[in-house]
Amino acid sequence: MPDTGAQRVLRKEDNRFLTGRGRYTDDFNRQGQAYGVFVRSEMAHAKIKSVDTSQAEQAPGVVAVFTGKDMEADGVGSLPCGWTVTDRHGNPHKAPPHWPLARDKVRYVGDQVAFVIAETDAQARDAAELVAVDYEPLDAVVETGKALNGPQVHEEAPDNLCFDWEIGDKQATDDAFAKADHVSKVELVNNRLVPNAIEPRAAIGEYDPGGDEYTLYSTSQNPHLLRLILCAFVLNLPEHKVRVVAPDVGGGFGSKIYCYAEETTCVWASKKLDGRPVKWVATRTEAFQADAHGRDHITTAEMALDKDGKFLGMRVDTIANLGAYLSNFSTAVPTYLYGTLLAGQYKTPAIHGNVKAVFTNTAPVDAYRGAGRPEATYVVERLVERCARDLNIDPAEIRRRNFVQPDEFPYQTPVALTYDSGQYELALDEALKMIDYRNFAQRRQESERRGKLRGIGFSAYIEACGIAPSQVVGALGAGVGLWESAQVRFNATGSISVFTGSHSHGQGHETTFAQMVADKFGTDYNNVDIVHGDTGRIPMGMGTYGSRSLAVGGSAILRACDKVVEKGKKIAAHMLEASVDDIEFDQGTFRVAGTDKQKSIGEIAFAAYVPHDFPQDVEPGLDETAFYDPANFTYPSGVHIAEVEIDPDTGETQIADWVAVDDFGRVINPMIVEGQVHGGIAQGVGQALLENTVYDPDSGQLVTGSYQDYTMPRADDLPSFRVGMTETPCPHNPVGAKGCGEAGAIAAPAALMNAITDALGTEDIQMPATREKVWRVAQQRLAPAAE
Amino acid sequence: MYQFDYHRPTSLDEAAQILSQDDEASLLAGGQTLLPTMKQRLAAPSQLVDLSGIAELKGVREDSGQIIVGAMTPHDTVANDKTVQAKIPGLAHLAGEIGDPQVRNRGTIGGSLANNDPASDYPGAVLGLGATVRTNKREIPADDFFLGLFETALDEGELIKEVAFPVPKKSAYAKFHNPASRYAIVGAFVASTEQGVRVAITGAGPCVFRVPEMEQALNSNWSADAIKDIKVAADDFNTDLHASADYRAHLVTVMAKRAVQAAG
Ligand SMILES: Cc1cc2nc3c(=O)[nH]c(=O)nc-3n(C[C@H](O)[C@H](O)[C@H](O)COP(=O)(O)OP(=O)(O)OC[C@H]3O[C@@H](n4cnc5c(N)ncnc54)[C@H](O)[C@@H]3O)c2cc1C
Repeated sequence: MPDTGAQRVLRKEDNRFLTGRGRYTDDFNRQGQAYGVFVRSEMAHAKIKSVDTSQAEQAPGVVAVFTGKDMEADGVGSLPCGWTVTDRHGNPHKAPPHWPLARDKVRYVGDQVAFVIAETDAQARDAAELVAVDYEPLDAVVETGKALNGPQVHEEAPDNLCFDWEIGDKQATDDAFAKADHVSKVELVNNRLVPNAIEPRAAIGEYDPGGDEYTLYSTSQNPHLLRLILCAFVLNLPEHKVRVVAPDVGGGFGSKIYCYAEETTCVWASKKLDGRPVKWVATRTEAFQADAHGRDHITTAEMALDKDGKFLGMRVDTIANLGAYLSNFSTAVPTYLYGTLLAGQYKTPAIHGNVKAVFTNTAPVDAYRGAGRPEATYVVERLVERCARDLNIDPAEIRRRNFVQPDEFPYQTPVALTYDSGQYELALDEALKMIDYRNFAQRRQESERRGKLRGIGFSAYIEACGIAPSQVVGALGAGVGLWESAQVRFNATGSISVFTGSHSHGQGHETTFAQMVADKFGTDYNNVDIVHGDTGRIPMGMGTYGSRSLAVGGSAILRACDKVVEKGKKIAAHMLEASVDDIEFDQGTFRVAGTDKQKSIGEIAFAAYVPHDFPQDVEPGLDETAFYDPANFTYPSGVHIAEVEIDPDTGETQIADWVAVDDFGRVINPMIVEGQVHGGIAQGVGQALLENTVYDPDSGQLVTGSYQDYTMPRADDLPSFRVGMTETPCPHNPVGAKGCGEAGAIAAPAALMNAITDALGTEDIQMPATREKVWRVAQQRLAPAAE
Repeated sequence: MYQFDYHRPTSLDEAAQILSQDDEASLLAGGQTLLPTMKQRLAAPSQLVDLSGIAELKGVREDSGQIIVGAMTPHDTVANDKTVQAKIPGLAHLAGEIGDPQVRNRGTIGGSLANNDPASDYPGAVLGLGATVRTNKREIPADDFFLGLFETALDEGELIKEVAFPVPKKSAYAKFHNPASRYAIVGAFVASTEQGVRVAITGAGPCVFRVPEMEQALNSNWSADAIKDIKVAADDFNTDLHASADYRAHLVTVMAKRAVQAAG
């Protein structure tokens, strides 16, 4: 049998993806299906005086037009925020309602006002233009820095403050600053990003009056969670009567975690239409306007140091923009996924973080690849680099002096987390070697000879993923537990079906999980199929986000495999006429210890379903389910180093080299892991150089509402990444994996901005470091020399 | 998209005739500008007159020492045409810098010129080479063709048939891409021709324009150094998310220098 563990086998799912045979939500068409189109607010902030649907209702092909009033009359609830954050004074965050269709106000450009359903998509679009909304415009605020003094977005939230939260010990931090030899400070903008999954969101809601049952096909990263929220909070439906199918999904990056207005409305509308399926597929414009956005912080951070460059204390003040409404997990992102990571890889003894989360007239903000951890890494690593520059200490050296050491684990940070393992210096040394740090000065001179500015930048990141221990997140205010489920079924003929609560929307689970299971049972990975994305087939599960699939979902699968082995031993004991205690299992074979009496797992599986002579106490079947709740977060870490060359004449930044040395714990398929690193870095580079979500400060219109203006990174913007790995297995989960999905996006922005500021010799530039910004800074810097 | 009727005439006359009978009808070339606009519901032509059935509009040929490019020739064809590559490498290079492979395989020179988007590339080559735009009615010299923002000398119902490019001694195009759309933020086309040097700048202003000061300097000294201190005024230049007017003005000089260097 081939050992497929740690093997670069090709991805099984790519056969259908690359030949156009993927099955995405929009590929499903249900009998009698009608098409829905949303009428969206063109105003950033306005009172809805009236919505006149009469003309639209008369338009050809129109089946129905619904407004917020119809939903209100039907008792439809608010889209909930699932994580309660308690502020500095012990009060819960402000939670204004978020109606699927706006009731009396619109609060951002793209807010849903009405839903037009027609026989065809084109008819629905034509009719949507006939819905006449009478608005009374209100002043809007879109800028993060102006929210606290801006026009009020919700009556429930004075000063637009959702919460004012803190973490760490303020007194201890103030004391550290009082005795510091030196204080370094940075002011940072973490720019707002649009997630840009390649497949826009889509949904088909289908009610079956016969059985009083609902089916929702949807682009979801977590169909069970979507079902739970839909049933328990918004539509008040019996969970056992609702099936959510998330078939092939073309990327999510977080944006497809949430229960949104649109799919909710499709389900509700199908019931109103007595069972006519209602399909909605987002246009790219809608994706820009109404997918949950990411990031959007402004931060001031300071580090207190002694004269040797040892960190004594760190102070961070952040304003986080949550947009117009609270998306499901929006409150957790700038708090428990951000503030808790402010220690980075360092032994800073005292840290205090304060986060003011604000409402603005912009699209809701929630988790986007990395979710809080990129923001934290950006703060820590820009600040650490600043310290090195201020004190004239080599940036590698200052990190070395402050790293948590391998013998100090488990390490309790001053910001709540307990790191379980890590070898930070090992990764740093490897990265320095790979990038040939010693000869950087020479390369810089060579660039200068060609009139170019060269810079190098470090990012030593840590993240907490594999989310998450239910007990911990429960104590922190989460409305859910974050375990995972798995069911491992041997079929009678020996093939294996694995049902997982994780969801693959590009990550390659169908291959990685299959390799892991095949390895366990000593079979070929083509004998293992991974089934995911359907609440009708899979035990309750929690889905995929926060780099949790292998660490948590994979662990559940291994636990279920263990149960299969235990059950197999009972059957083997019966068949081999031995005692269960004497049966050993290895690589697909059950053996009576110390003998050559054995049965293959295939024979056991067949017997399990053809149990002609089983005794009373041996149940037929070989099909086991396990739920796994992690004991801790996992802590992937690593060092990325970027080297850039800037053309001062144009401001173009060329990434000359990039090395990434990551510790993801155990790696099953290095090819897939490297792919995740590449993609993550690409998105991080996008954030640092190119991507920016701009709302017009006066009108509140989304200026970057298409690819003509929103700059996505492309292949030719990126270098050939060089990826290295160290492997410190996670000590507390059975797989030993830590998670790799977000690391690139977490590490990259700081590395790149540190390199750019190094090249330019000034910190005075914010992301995205566009060509014009870089040019302006370069001109200023070169101006005296030119004269 | 709104409802429309579709025609695919096989001759220029037939196309012109349909057009002349309906003010709301629109020509369809590669559709790379028109169709997205229709999908966004920003344009609602009553009829689309698809030019792809008219054989004489397609392809590149050499005629009396000029390179003739048919209006319906896709950018990709121009970029890869052996004659264009040999005779006017700057033009082949420019065509290959437009958009992405999909756009280059659909978009046409006729559509691009008729549209006269301030950020488009072809106007740079047409003006920079002193080409002639031939329509179903007349010949229009490049210097008279581009009138302003999305505005050309084409009359109502007038169709571009082909473009005649004189072969220069040297030519090159240097483009500073818009990072999002890949249109030109600034594109500089320089050509050394029998009649002298021509420098055309696209992307920077509301419409492609020549830079006489640079042309003079290059006439006496064909080198990047000759124009390195020539600055253009940013007064009516475009300002958007990706570049302010004065950044564009600066880039005009940088790109013109690069074009001269590339032309050799
Ligand atoms: C993603 C993208 C990127 C692009 N990037 C670039 C770029 O980098 N540089 C660049 O220059 N362009 C770029 N373009 C534009 C593209 O290259 C085409 O040149 C442009 O769309 C027009 O050509 P078309 O053949 O598609 O014309 P169409 O869209 O079919 O027509 C455009 C207009 O011209 C009229 N028209 C068409 N043919 C004729 C004719 N023969 N006579 C008179 N009127 C006519 C039509 O009626 C219509 O009004 C890009 C387009 C896209 C979609």
